[in-house]
Amino acid sequence: MPASSVSDGLVVLGAKDLTKSFGGIRAVDHLDLTLARGELRCLIGPNGAGKSTLFGLLSGLHRPDAGQIVFKDEDITNLKPFQRVRRGLCQKFQTTRIYRALTVAQNLVIADRTPRSSRRKNGRLSWALSTLGLDSEGEVPAGELSHSHQQWLEICLALATEPDLLLLDEPTAGMTPEETELTAQFVVNLNRQGLTVLVVEHDMAFVRYIAQRITVLHYGRIFTEGSLGEIESNHEVRRIYLGER
Amino acid sequence: MAREYTGFWRVLNGPQEIGRGPVFWCLFAFLALGLLAYPFFGSVFALSNLANFCLYIPMGLGLALLWGYNGVLSFGQGAFFAIAGYVYGIIAGNLLDIPGGTLLAAVGGIAASAAIAAAFGYLVFYGQVSNWIIPLLLLVLSLILETFMAQTAGYQWRVGSVLLGGYNGMTNVPSLEIGSANFGGASIAFYYLVVALMLITYLGLRLLVNSHYGHVVVGIRDDVERTRMLGYNVALIQIQVFVVAAALAGLSGILYVSWGNYINPSSMGLLAATLPVIWTAVGGRSSLLAVLLSTVTLRWVADTLAVRGGEYAFLVMGILLLVTMLFFPAGIVVTLARRWLHQKSMYRDLKQNGAP
Repeated sequence: MPASSVSDGLVVLGAKDLTKSFGGIRAVDHLDLTLARGELRCLIGPNGAGKSTLFGLLSGLHRPDAGQIVFKDEDITNLKPFQRVRRGLCQKFQTTRIYRALTVAQNLVIADRTPRSSRRKNGRLSWALSTLGLDSEGEVPAGELSHSHQQWLEICLALATEPDLLLLDEPTAGMTPEETELTAQFVVNLNRQGLTVLVVEHDMAFVRYIAQRITVLHYGRIFTEGSLGEIESNHEVRRIYLGER
Repeated sequence: MAREYTGFWRVLNGPQEIGRGPVFWCLFAFLALGLLAYPFFGSVFALSNLANFCLYIPMGLGLALLWGYNGVLSFGQGAFFAIAGYVYGIIAGNLLDIPGGTLLAAVGGIAASAAIAAAFGYLVFYGQVSNWIIPLLLLVLSLILETFMAQTAGYQWRVGSVLLGGYNGMTNVPSLEIGSANFGGASIAFYYLVVALMLITYLGLRLLVNSHYGHVVVGIRDDVERTRMLGYNVALIQIQVFVVAAALAGLSGILYVSWGNYINPSSMGLLAATLPVIWTAVGGRSSLLAVLLSTVTLRWVADTLAVRGGEYAFLVMGILLLVTMLFFPAGIVVTLARRWLHQKSMYRDLKQNGAP
């Protein structure tokens, strides 16, 4: 498959003209999205804007009705989710999905797809486990962890797949302000280590902390893109998303 | 953290099975030695009976792997048992004069069960058929096979020199022979073969479920989507587990025809489809040990009841399943083991921290 115009080495992910409908409702509507290697991007928008559907399309849980997705110069539009993960694209789900009946250590055993490989692992996982305080909880059943630790464990499971692009769907949902800040700090540090991250988040405190490039979605289309300052001062964004008249 | 799940002993003694301490392994060794020594004091009749109870263990353990560890309930184990039995009978009956013919037949029988399971598994797992439909489809497969085999009476239904026999079944199936040893149902050789295969299956599956692969199998049971999103080809792994379970049911089927020299379509009927599910549920499907114990015990109970009271045996099995599902949803052995472990840890805490 010839590489599209959006794939030129600096670009890790390029979605072109993506469209997905459920019944009569068009959840994602001719959407174009480009992510540069090493970028940390926030995706915001009101409920029903198509954020989670877009994530589903990128990770392969949904098949697009039309459009193309190019990841690391390869057309992955027709690849299954597990094939995309193997190519370096991993997602943390909106509702926490961990193996609740198994211990933290067992969760990580499953997440490590190549336990016998002599290939050197990039070390992000062990750094993440110690930063998030999960390294001392190996024998705890995952279902007994606090809510924030469960969310963090799921991020660590995704990191164990050694992704080049991490999709985080509302990583701070249900967290206290302190935990939200810690998560934001963690995501920023993860990004500084070279990992490209795309985050969907409702919590503006988190988005402000990250303060990177923001894409606003509305009715399945990209409404606008810009820096935190540009987005917060955009009257139309304030109207549709922040609820101001 | 992952280091804990490598190395033979660590894997064998891993967390996916109850019974891990020195007390358990001493009891296990004692029981295994007892089984090996039994022919020195048991009667031929008792040996033959015990071998009959134990030959169902590979089928039970296969279902534990499939249902308890991978989350896929099957009413098709009886069918895979009978397919292997029939194919064994057909091949062995046609290769009577060829040395190693029965061994070839055994391989053929297991391969037939595995191949049909692979084809069925390909359709349902790649088709992402929901987990509650699969047991129904398997039940339908069993009943269709039973109906088909029941009408194969008459001389036109024969393969080579072997008659399929309709509802009366296939008779005079030769027992397994390896070299000069004959593994007929009343022989000591057969008893040892069954005990050896039972121990190998149990220990082999224990290694499997506690390996990295076994963890992924359990991961699929707990959350299919999560496992897929960690980069695993879930459908392929489900097919592999399904094939292993079918092959183990096939192994039991071959031991059964070698024991009784006979198989008929009721081996894939409704009752035969249900019994392995009862053995697995009553013991506790999430533990191989529990299923091993309940398979032998329930086979013994059913046999004893059948000898004494005839038709009530299956009624008792049904009631037992009902009671288990109502009061011990995790299975009787598993529930009791968990309670005992819980009390042991409470006692240990009490000893460490002093009386409250």
